[in-house]
Amino acid sequence: MPEKPEPGMTILVKTVTRLTAWLILLYGIYIVLHGHISPGGGFAGGVIIALSFIHLMLAYGKEVVFRKLSKEMVELMESTGALVFLAIALLGLTTGYFFGNFLPAGEPFNLFSAGTIPLSNIAISFKVWAGLFAVFLALVLLRIDNVGE
Amino acid sequence: MVELYFLLVFMIIGSVGALQAKDLLSSVVALGAVGLGLCLTFLILKAPDVAITQLVVEILSIIILIRATLRKDLPEVPTGGWMFPSAMGVGFAVILLLVALKCFPDLPVFGEPKLRVAQHYLDSGLQETGAANLVASVILDYRAYDTLGEATVLLTAVMGVLAVVRKVGRKKPDQPEEQTDA
Repeated sequence: MPEKPEPGMTILVKTVTRLTAWLILLYGIYIVLHGHISPGGGFAGGVIIALSFIHLMLAYGKEVVFRKLSKEMVELMESTGALVFLAIALLGLTTGYFFGNFLPAGEPFNLFSAGTIPLSNIAISFKVWAGLFAVFLALVLLRIDNVGE
Repeated sequence: MVELYFLLVFMIIGSVGALQAKDLLSSVVALGAVGLGLCLTFLILKAPDVAITQLVVEILSIIILIRATLRKDLPEVPTGGWMFPSAMGVGFAVILLLVALKCFPDLPVFGEPKLRVAQHYLDSGLQETGAANLVASVILDYRAYDTLGEATVLLTAVMGVLAVVRKVGRKKPDQPEEQTDA
């Protein structure tokens, strides 16, 4: 038994988290990738992915999450998502107008269909999960404790 | 439509509970109940995309609120008298109801939008974009410019929050290293 108590919650919560966190992550990815076929999309899926990381962080403490995903990485992800979304918009100019759907529409109800819509979903999901995770980190962990002292 | 009225009453009770609860945790839980009622309302109105988004954002905001408020309970704000706030509340409610009485007859009938462009999306959205989910084809193809604006708002908000709570440049040199707990 370690002398110092481990950070995070009790072993029950940790075990359940170990079994469920990756399922939540997978579900978020599924929602993002099928955003053009079924309800959901980049925003909702991105929030679910962010929730899986928050779930891990609530149960295990921030050190475990930071080992998998540093804060700089989160900020990089968010900026990359925003820039990729803008790049898709600009590439649409090849069809003549902003956000033109420059890829073939394809067969409806297929995973690879709807031109740029799945790509936009993925870009938005990166933006949303990284952004909301960064907001969570900022608001919950980096509390401004010594303001006004 | 009768279940919508049940949900409406449930949400009103939840909102009053959130306002009147003694401690912050009960208030946050009541707020979560209101959000769940709103999610069910969206489902009954056949808007599953909005329902999913409402549910997950509600969970996220509730977690953030609980994490941010659980440790330090805000002290009870001393209030002076109940007469003036109650009178103001009733007065504003009456004004709102009078305005609503004037405005609501002008709203379009439920399910019959006045914008003709919606009918075009419904008719030819599948052929033009190839997306089976019409909501995705609207927000990421027809109206992608709005989505770009929304994404920019989120990016700016995150940048602002990270800039306000950052540690670099905030600490004084003689201040000891502080440890934030997870």
